Amino acid sequence: MIVLASIGLMHYLLVGAALFSAGVVTVLARRNAVAILIGIELMLNAANVNLVAFDRFGPGTMDGQIFTLFVFVIAASEAAVALAIIINVFDSTDRIDVDEIDALKG
Amino acid sequence: MVVLALPDLTPHLPGIIFGLFTAFAVAGALIAATAPKIVHAAFGLMASFFGVAGLYFQLGADFVALAHIIIYVGGILVLLVFGVLLTGRTQALLGIEKGHKTTGAVLIGGLVFFGLMLAIAGTEWNAVEDPGDPKPTTAAIGRAFLDPDQYLIPFEVASVLLLAALVGAAYLARRRREA
Repeated sequence: MIVLASIGLMHYLLVGAALFSAGVVTVLARRNAVAILIGIELMLNAANVNLVAFDRFGPGTMDGQIFTLFVFVIAASEAAVALAIIINVFDSTDRIDVDEIDALKG
Repeated sequence: MVVLALPDLTPHLPGIIFGLFTAFAVAGALIAATAPKIVHAAFGLMASFFGVAGLYFQLGADFVALAHIIIYVGGILVLLVFGVLLTGRTQALLGIEKGHKTTGAVLIGGLVFFGLMLAIAGTEWNAVEDPGDPKPTTAAIGRAFLDPDQYLIPFEVASVLLLAALVGAAYLARRRREA
């Protein structure tokens, strides 16, 4: 019988890889700008899972968890600014599809 | 009378709980990636956030897990849902659409996952086999953040970044009256 008790670093890294791949698919396949932001949040989460797992199975310092908290700060700033830009663009052009927002294209 | 002998599940509990949280995290992520409506994708993201928070708890990172729930579910996700609803009155909802772009995206995503699996399997991690029982982390994190020899400067810089980003976001999002 498989003993499920030994959940190691590898398991968490695989979860992180799955979350990251789902984020990549979201960013590439969606056309709604907010949905692309959702994909970016998924990828940041995948990195966070890896950081906390390394912290747990590493030499016993707090560094992994502290880096995760810094990622939280960056993610919050990025989401706030990105949504402000998206809402502003939507107000002035009535477009949310990133394929159609091409006014800056050279 | 036949007594049904249930197998003792206690040694398997960490694995069962890990599987539960992983199912939440990955299923939520897949919903976020594939749901036709953006609002559904946002709620899939919420399930994924809760699953990831459970994984943090299992990894002994209690402070990070709670901060994750407060910041991601309470802050970023609410912001995203606001974004979805404020921009929702256009023609189509623009979810996943048929066509070459979706196929290419799934292909690239699969390749990324495959490559990451190869990298994970092929690396010598030097992981600690049994890290022991988790200890409370809040006090240690607080000391590390306020210790000039550790993370005091990055902590202050992050605070300034957050302030600048929020002021900038408020400035960008306000409606221009004069226009």
